[in-house]
Amino acid sequence: MNHGILAPIVLPLITAILLILLSGRRSLIRSISLLSATASLGICVWLLMQASDGQIRLYAPGNWQPPFGILLVLDRLSALMLLVTAVLAFFSIAYAVRGHDAPGDKLHAMVHFLLVGVNGAFLTGDLFNLFVFFEILLISSYGLLLHGRGVERARSGLHYVIVNLIGSALFLMGVSALYGITGSLNMADLGDKMAKLDPADAPLAATAGILLLVVFGLKAAMAPFYFWLPRAYAAASAPVAAMFAIMTKVGIYAIIRVYTQIFGENAETLANFAWWWLWPIALVTLVMGLLGALSARELRVQIAYLVIVSVGTLLAGIALNREAGLAASLYYLIHSTMICGAMFLLADLILRQRGELLDHIGEGPRLRQSALLGVLFFIAAVAVAGLPPFSGFIGKLLLLNAAGVQADAVVLWIIVLAGSLTTLIALSRSGSMIFWQTTDQVESAPAADKGALLAVIGLLGCVMVVTFAAGPILDYTFKAAQQLREPGVYLQAMQQFRVR
Amino acid sequence: MEALVAVVIAVLVSCGVYLLLRARTFPVILGLTLLSYAVNLFIFVMGRLRSGAPAVIGSSESYADPIPQALVLTAIVIGFAMTAFLLVLSLRARAELGNDHVDGSAAIGEKPSKPVRPLEEDEV
Repeated sequence: MNHGILAPIVLPLITAILLILLSGRRSLIRSISLLSATASLGICVWLLMQASDGQIRLYAPGNWQPPFGILLVLDRLSALMLLVTAVLAFFSIAYAVRGHDAPGDKLHAMVHFLLVGVNGAFLTGDLFNLFVFFEILLISSYGLLLHGRGVERARSGLHYVIVNLIGSALFLMGVSALYGITGSLNMADLGDKMAKLDPADAPLAATAGILLLVVFGLKAAMAPFYFWLPRAYAAASAPVAAMFAIMTKVGIYAIIRVYTQIFGENAETLANFAWWWLWPIALVTLVMGLLGALSARELRVQIAYLVIVSVGTLLAGIALNREAGLAASLYYLIHSTMICGAMFLLADLILRQRGELLDHIGEGPRLRQSALLGVLFFIAAVAVAGLPPFSGFIGKLLLLNAAGVQADAVVLWIIVLAGSLTTLIALSRSGSMIFWQTTDQVESAPAADKGALLAVIGLLGCVMVVTFAAGPILDYTFKAAQQLREPGVYLQAMQQFRVR
Repeated sequence: MEALVAVVIAVLVSCGVYLLLRARTFPVILGLTLLSYAVNLFIFVMGRLRSGAPAVIGSSESYADPIPQALVLTAIVIGFAMTAFLLVLSLRARAELGNDHVDGSAAIGEKPSKPVRPLEEDEV
């Protein structure tokens, strides 16, 4: 067995425990946190290189022969998600260590606990373990969201926690109903059991499937379950909001995983039933996100709505139920995670120079570093709206190309293209209000911290890398989509796997 | 037996959902607790109901499925921790917002939300 698969879970766990023990020694905590994030980055690149040969690597922590016991699975998709998380975490922590982790020194420990949950959710091959890792990432995210004072944090935190607790209850019901029908929790094995399902049990299995879809949709913030997101993300501190850009993607990952592996092509009566629901939901999510972005009165709320727009776009690509659509979605997922993270960090730099007005979209004092922040905002806005030459454009182009020209695809064409225009209008409005419609006075704010600026530029640089390395990345995402949709490969890998 | 347990779960869920839809934090927490009781029972029942069958192989003729019993233990622990967290959070929200309404105010739109200011490094 390859013990390296365990590293993305164990490394942040050890780091987080260490950081709690070191409580009070702030500079030491910051160095260790950044060091661990760098090491994670290295490990995830190494795992990605391993996974790119197309082999499915398994790891049984309890040394039980699968389908029994806990199983970790490293395939192309999970390796990709791990790397995206590691990159985002590195830049968020790099931003936080530059004095943006106030108050107290617990933020870094909670970020690493969050990484335990996120990485675990990406690696697990077992439905109940997915629940456990979800809970780990949720309880850390509760702590992170409430970190620091503020009435708005308490209010939005309360909503976020209650909604997610209801989600957890539904998740448990879905999982246990599936166990009650099939007697298994292993995802590959469940896929096999679904293929041999007694038709009499199909309605119950479909109910369980829909319950899980609701839960994952809640995490992914798809319509109509996204109302908790804008307030919560806008209230969170900047490095936390940037880190949260991956959280909606955990929900999307779970949707891809469960509905290709368990309710995939093989699942007889229940084959591909989720896509029928996801298609209209994705389009509604897109429209609602765009309307929210247009009507937002604060920059951070606007960016939070752009997260919802990206969720809608991703879900539409997945719901096409085509290899090209899934591959385009995976590419767009890398792009949207990084650009949304970068925009949250950038919004924080901007609002620090606007005095009491903060990120309210309206006339205010001139920014001290108007030119520098303006250029960065312009680049980020162009990238997030999906205009050439950046990766958002390539992602949307591929998505529309995969949709083809059938009747239902035309709706997607209209919404995605009008959506790009709407995003552009919304961001032009906020950008011109913040940077151009200013009074003569300049707020006596300190200049943006160099390290923090570097973190933002670094994350924007990653978007450029995703743009210029589009060829190899697309090659990888196409192979990942192929691997996901190939029936029986996971079951085969599991059957050939022998514990020592 | 199955019908009785099903009715119990149904009553627990409906009471839980009713309480969840209340406007004050305390009934909502009670509702979540009832809902998690229902879920725990549901998981347990999914291993099928049997009497006189311990979840240990070899101790008697037949044995009960041990997995749901393990799962329900995990679910209880996690549910307990989350409820405790939510209680603390609602106390904090009560202190910061000045009332125990889930939206932070009795009348919707009473206080428009304000952007959150980032804390400075030396601020305690």
